[in-house]
Amino acid sequence: MSLELRDIHKHFGRVRANDGVTLRVEAGELHGLLGENGAGKSTLMKVLSGFIEPDSGTISLDETTLQMRSPRDAIAAGIGMLHQDPLVFLPFSVLDNFLLGSPPIDRDSARGELDRLAADFGFSFDPDAPARTLTVGERQQLEIVRLLWLGAKVLILDEPTTGISATQQSLLFEALRTLAGQGMIVIFVSHKLEEIEVLCDRVTVMRRGRTVGEATLPVAIDTLVEMMFGEAVAVTGRPPGVRGGPALRLDGIAADDRLTRLEDLTLEVRAGEVLGLAGLEGSGQRTLLRACAGLLATTAGTIEVGDRDVTKRDYHQRLAAGVHYLPAGRLEEGLIRGLTITEHFQLASGSNRFLVPWADARGDAEKRIAKHSIKGASDTTAEALSGGNQQRLLLAMVPPDVKVLLMEHPTRGLDIASADWVWGQLIQRVEAGTAVVFASADLDELLRYSDRIVVFFAGRVFKMLDASTADADQLGHLIGGRDVA
Amino acid sequence: MRAAWNRAGSKTIAVALAVLVTAALLLASGASPIESFRLIWQGSVGSGPKAADTLMAWVPLVLAASGLVVTFAAGLWNIGVEGQVVMGAIAASWVAREFHAPSAAVITVALIAGIIGGLLWGLFAGVLRVYGKVNEIFGGLGLDFVATGLVVYLVIGPWKRAGIASTSGTDPFPKEAWLPTVGDKLAPIAIVLAVLAVIAVYFLMRGTFFGLRLKAVGANPASAYIIGLSTSRYLLSAMAICGGLAGLGGAVQAIGFQHKLVPAISGGYGFLAILVVLLAGFRASLIAPIAFFFVMISVGGTQLSLRLGLNSSLGGVVQGTLVLLTVLVGGWQVRRARQRVRLEAEG
Repeated sequence: MSLELRDIHKHFGRVRANDGVTLRVEAGELHGLLGENGAGKSTLMKVLSGFIEPDSGTISLDETTLQMRSPRDAIAAGIGMLHQDPLVFLPFSVLDNFLLGSPPIDRDSARGELDRLAADFGFSFDPDAPARTLTVGERQQLEIVRLLWLGAKVLILDEPTTGISATQQSLLFEALRTLAGQGMIVIFVSHKLEEIEVLCDRVTVMRRGRTVGEATLPVAIDTLVEMMFGEAVAVTGRPPGVRGGPALRLDGIAADDRLTRLEDLTLEVRAGEVLGLAGLEGSGQRTLLRACAGLLATTAGTIEVGDRDVTKRDYHQRLAAGVHYLPAGRLEEGLIRGLTITEHFQLASGSNRFLVPWADARGDAEKRIAKHSIKGASDTTAEALSGGNQQRLLLAMVPPDVKVLLMEHPTRGLDIASADWVWGQLIQRVEAGTAVVFASADLDELLRYSDRIVVFFAGRVFKMLDASTADADQLGHLIGGRDVA
Repeated sequence: MRAAWNRAGSKTIAVALAVLVTAALLLASGASPIESFRLIWQGSVGSGPKAADTLMAWVPLVLAASGLVVTFAAGLWNIGVEGQVVMGAIAASWVAREFHAPSAAVITVALIAGIIGGLLWGLFAGVLRVYGKVNEIFGGLGLDFVATGLVVYLVIGPWKRAGIASTSGTDPFPKEAWLPTVGDKLAPIAIVLAVLAVIAVYFLMRGTFFGLRLKAVGANPASAYIIGLSTSRYLLSAMAICGGLAGLGGAVQAIGFQHKLVPAISGGYGFLAILVVLLAGFRASLIAPIAFFFVMISVGGTQLSLRLGLNSSLGGVVQGTLVLLTVLVGGWQVRRARQRVRLEAEG
């Protein structure tokens, strides 16, 4: 048995989530699919499990081309997917969940099947317990057993280790090895190098919607890092700007957004400085940015902007104090679908007037569109802009004199021209005395534009680097949690 | 331009379909559709008094619908609008019964009381939503029942007619509290209030920062918050404005039309207003004509039961069918537009 995906394309609007992906997996193989968030892994797996139809490309199992229009077709063909959040119906009992989607069978035999399959893997459930009493790990186990019972020959696991305990993780890995040993195909999707290293036989790396490489494990971690983040480019550093006094000071802060917990973090960023936040997705960068912005409450420590203590101030008060935050989700947490560029500028103006001066507003918007080279008209709505132009609009909405600018992935998904433009703008602001703190997955971007880089690993600051002396190789290792220096 | 044509087109298709469905229903009930439509026309605008009835029903419907344009803009489904109409009517009735002064003063105070009554009831649902995390649909529905219960309690309890407790209503208010009329029924003040309300809401949504920010909060609360807007303030304001306008509608219904408090004081205009706004595509500019069309069916529809022996609920069926088909045709167009975009992207 072998599974083959050939030249899969899937576009969402202008985003090429999968841009010609080819993947081949043999029976009995534990195959890792590695890539940063946004590399296109989830899209590919949703295509493979029938959740979304590809724009083009073919999927074949055992040399037979599959036509899948729904997850039901996929499971009928023997492809089962375990989602990041297991699709379990919480009010139902374990047994009822097990029976969902099954062919008609009496409950007693189903109970027997459930017990037998669970015992095979060392799982144990109470069939009559409501599913809501199960931990995330147990829900996964239930889902795996259910998919196997439905006849899955190919099992896909999307980031399955998020939110499960270490014991459950080793139980899960053991079960996956057993399944592969029985001749099944197991595809393990993750952005965590160390998991792939421990578990898989082979690995395929994805970047920007394409498969960029394959390797048989074990392999040097550098090779994987290079495939994930791209070739280390010779970096020309930004000339050091004029530094002012402290713009942002964190003293022993702690914060918890339920995914990542930050503890006892102390940092100082000066006016005119660029601080890069590096690390795998979910290592604490976003948590830190949101805590600084006032969107996430800190449970300990103090935050100062300039010489003002803003620890107890909410997001809007910090905005007034000159702290601006541009999240990664440009249309989710930044721009508003259906509203025009002119309307966005007026919203951001914070005007105290009663009437919108529409006549002047349009002229003003046109000037700012020209100044920020946004490809769009004053009456273009936000969702009609390309990603690069959305980012330009967001930056144009930030007043020129902010003290601290917090940015998440400032150039993710942008073409090179837009990315250069964005950094041109940011550097201008930095030279005028703004402190920029940004998180990025792009090593080149981190090295090129930061003065200092903070590397996060599992919610703590793993290393603080001077960007002018660091290189991509060293940074890649640190991101993976290895300090080679 | 293309969007405007599409909108007009979808409305025409929906109306045509609704007429066909209604005609089929009438035929099935054994009535002639042509005759029925003629009776509806005759019964709603065929004579002076009929037209006055229709216009006086139009007023609370337009007031509630104007308010709903504001809450819909904020992304809220203010199902509580029915209760807000009722609370406005109760507050105005209380003033009309208890406050003895020259007519102009009583009327002014009663109308203001109506606004306040509805506003507080709207704000109540808003506070439940913003601070209690109770979805405004459920909160509003609950408050509708409370308001309806309260009006029944008042009519057969504390405010019952001397000697008899009857669901036919309270004693008529003193004449000083009645809105002055031209002819028997038509109260020009009520018409003026409704027209002013539509214009004010149109202007609020088109010309003011408040309207723009409300739209932003309604379309994407997370982005609006990041941009710096206090989302809860705008949600509460929208509920207050809608409640106030709906309450004014209830007040007009009480002191301008019924001249007493009756259990069915809202006339169902709150719920009907939701349909009007859906059909108007959430735009203030279309509310006046659509509301008029709806009350024509409601008022004229009573003729069908009197003259043709049809069930009086038929008018409601027509209105519901119309909205359902409009929403359906609209959804179908969105779907087609998406397909076109996809084809263009692929081609």
